[in-house]
Amino acid sequence: MTATNKGKKLLEVSGLTMDFGGLRAVDTVSLDIFEGEIVALIGPNGAGKTTFFNCVTGIYEPTAGDVRIHPPGGKTRRINGMKPNRITTFGLARTFQNIRLFPAMTVLENVMIGRHCRTGTTILEAILGSRRSTREEKETVDKSYQLLKRVGLADVADEFARNLAYGAQRRLEIARAMATDPFLLLLDEPAAGMNPQETQELDELIVRIRKEENLAILLIEHDMKLVMSISDRIYVMEYGKEIAQGTPREIKENPRVIEAYLGEEAHA
Amino acid sequence: MFLTLPLMVVRVNTVSKEVEWRWSNLIWVGLCAFAIAWFWQFSIERRASRRSQVVADTHVVEEKRSLAQRLADDPVLSRRVLRVAAAVAVVFPWLVSTDQNFYHVNVMVSALIFVVLGLGLNITVGLAGLLDLGYIAFFAVGAYTYALLSKNFDLGFWTCLPLGGLVGMLFGVVLGFPILRLRGDYLAIVTLGFASITKIVLENWDTLFGGAAGIANIPRPDLFGMALNGRQKSVYTYYIVLALVGLTILVTNRLKNSRIGRAWMALREDEIASVAMGVDMARTKLSAYALGAFWAGLVGVVFAAHNNFINPDSFTFMDSAMILAMVVLGGMGSILGVIIASLALKLLPEYLRAFAEYRMVVFGAVMVLMMIFRPQGLINNMRRKYEYDTVEGGHDDDSNK
Amino acid sequence: MDFEYLFELLCGGVVKGSIYALIALGYTMVYGIIQLINFAHGEIYMIGAFSAFIIAGIMTLSGYSGLSVLLLAAVVAIVYAAAYGYTLEKIAYRPLRNAPRLSPLISAIGASIFLMNYVQLAQTPDFLPFPELIADFDFMEPVSRYLSSVDLVILIVTTLTMVVLTVLIKYTRVGKAMRATQQDLVMARLVGINVDRVISSTFIIGSALAAIAGVLIASRTGQINSAIGFMAGLKAFTAAVLGGIGNIPGAVLGGLVLGIAETLGAGYISSAYEDVFAFGLLVLILILRPAGLLGKAVKQKV
Repeated sequence: MTATNKGKKLLEVSGLTMDFGGLRAVDTVSLDIFEGEIVALIGPNGAGKTTFFNCVTGIYEPTAGDVRIHPPGGKTRRINGMKPNRITTFGLARTFQNIRLFPAMTVLENVMIGRHCRTGTTILEAILGSRRSTREEKETVDKSYQLLKRVGLADVADEFARNLAYGAQRRLEIARAMATDPFLLLLDEPAAGMNPQETQELDELIVRIRKEENLAILLIEHDMKLVMSISDRIYVMEYGKEIAQGTPREIKENPRVIEAYLGEEAHA
Repeated sequence: MFLTLPLMVVRVNTVSKEVEWRWSNLIWVGLCAFAIAWFWQFSIERRASRRSQVVADTHVVEEKRSLAQRLADDPVLSRRVLRVAAAVAVVFPWLVSTDQNFYHVNVMVSALIFVVLGLGLNITVGLAGLLDLGYIAFFAVGAYTYALLSKNFDLGFWTCLPLGGLVGMLFGVVLGFPILRLRGDYLAIVTLGFASITKIVLENWDTLFGGAAGIANIPRPDLFGMALNGRQKSVYTYYIVLALVGLTILVTNRLKNSRIGRAWMALREDEIASVAMGVDMARTKLSAYALGAFWAGLVGVVFAAHNNFINPDSFTFMDSAMILAMVVLGGMGSILGVIIASLALKLLPEYLRAFAEYRMVVFGAVMVLMMIFRPQGLINNMRRKYEYDTVEGGHDDDSNK
Repeated sequence: MDFEYLFELLCGGVVKGSIYALIALGYTMVYGIIQLINFAHGEIYMIGAFSAFIIAGIMTLSGYSGLSVLLLAAVVAIVYAAAYGYTLEKIAYRPLRNAPRLSPLISAIGASIFLMNYVQLAQTPDFLPFPELIADFDFMEPVSRYLSSVDLVILIVTTLTMVVLTVLIKYTRVGKAMRATQQDLVMARLVGINVDRVISSTFIIGSALAAIAGVLIASRTGQINSAIGFMAGLKAFTAAVLGGIGNIPGAVLGGLVLGIAETLGAGYISSAYEDVFAFGLLVLILILRPAGLLGKAVKQKV
């Protein structure tokens, strides 16, 4: 593992544990993300990956362990149990496994919501039509439109989000998450349900985002081709525990991982 | 469908101390039931076939638009219609009243008060999706605030107007705070509970609120202390309410297409996703309650002033349900739709007095039917078309496939 | 400490609570199966009472009286309430099975308004006196301060009904189908259960229970009116939520707790604010423990 070409640490999760009553969904998992990395979190279904995401993004409060963020230019914080919207203002944004868009709002407006935590026009200002509100409104529209262009959805900006095709909806979710100006993007199965061509486009999109926005990305994914193609490092989970960590090549040859995915017979 | 037939037969008898058999009703009812059943089957089937068409069509679907919607969507035509309507609204009171008979003006005042209520609830329910079945409580708060303040502290109408709104808003925040985490049905029931409690307290706390008898002799709004006759007072109140309607429309419009408006809608569409995108759930929801309650409180003052007398009977669940119906039937979040629905629900019963008895039955039936056949309401959610700079930003279409 | 008074209140509370429990069962079963608050359920209760009233009225004025009349009236009430419940589901709820949550709720409110005013129109908005069909039993004399004969009948009937219901749900095919549909509607359909019929059955059973409650209340208070449905419905819903909505024993528990709480509050604090106790309890439960006493908090999957 080459520790020398890693930049600053952005996310530091140590010993994260999540219990639901008697069920331990996540068992002492540790994970680090460094500047500019694309890290993948993989594992069989039910391994606890999305629960892990939910703990990091504030939807659940972890039973034990620490989640620390080190925002570039900001101060280190322990974000266990903080409200999700607060965590988002610190710079963590996510997409969802089952797409959660705002169906009755337009594509552009969906992205504009992402700008909510980065703007501050109050109700009174909005009613009075103050200069700040007009200015911020224009900025929001422009920034959101730019993001739409980046993900290739500029031409459907005024469509209702519910009318979009599946692949387009996934891209919209990414654009929306990016609108919150994050330093770390968490994508939950962004390629789910996509055909090979769409997956290829997604591949290029993610790489491009990383380069252009200088974002680090953590993604949960089942599509191995995509994972192997874009990841710098991979963590593997099974039954709530972390069972391996390393570069794509290392993971591909790791017997424990192979066993987890294919069962004991593949061991031969 | 033949099941309904026997049911009607039973209803045909009245029993007090004697038995009255209304067999004639039987035939009448039988025919109606048959016709309705047949029509019902037909409509349901048509709806089902249209649904399956929509599902099969994977491309962007053109939603069926009502007459009102087509009118609203056409920018040129709608602007003209609106201008005419506004002109009529302004001249209206002088056209239809005399010094002796200003009945119609009074009717319109009542109707417009409910329009404001509908628009206020439109913020809470229509935009933010917070199902409030007890909205009428804020209205009552505003009305009683004016009544009590004017009775005990001799405060004038104009002083009390913003006070009523503020007290309403306060109530809204206080009531909203404990229920932030509730969803859908539970939220509806709790708000209903709150409103019921409010009404019962108003009814029973005689010393403070006058109990079931209410408070009387509430002064009308005055114009710089000038003496106005009955008709002029009504007209004056009419203009006040009209101005409030205009204000509400303006404010709602501004908010709909603003940062907070979008936050409300996002919260309505998907709370978890909105929070994940940085929307502060508590603040945003509370602001929706507060703002909605503000309008109710505000117009409650006008209501008290206009009627000179208030008692708890004006603030029942039925009224809450009616205002909710105005919002839902008009189209959640649509200003124009809510106005039309409010006017219809308030004016039709007034002017179709002949059918007054059937008013509520029809109301209930309309609610059910609308939900089945046109759940999106009269006028659908019209989203604003934003103007964005398509050239700015460097990367253009080369980077897209 | 006036134990006699307390006991008197408790008895009253239990009786009241049993009635609430009967109606609450209807709410809880429907919510458990299709996640809908059947606002119109209170009106079904009222219709049951009215149907009984009509039959009882006819019979009494023709010279008959006594428990047999009551029985006949009850049967008729059950039949008609069940029919109305079935039709209600078919017209106002079934077409909205897949609609967003707001639509069926509005439809339910509309149906409730429709039914109440329909009865008001077809009959009369006045209070109508219900004939006394339960003669005072002699053996009840010593405890008549706490429990009247009518009260005893109420207690017996409600207990019997709940036993029957429990047997039905636990051991019959219909009951099993209902439980299956409640847990996973799609799966139930896939294993061949006629979900539409199960839902209809749920409504029918719930309505029947409400009808029984209606007849009992009419006997007890001696009068009926088209507006009783609303209040009773709201309170019964409170009871259902209190016990944990969707949970059948919860509805019974909730009903009893509510009845006792209400009577105690009215007896010791103030009878004018009786309803406030009920609503206050409702609000508190929904805010503090929405799952109710016996319910389980369901975590939403993200």
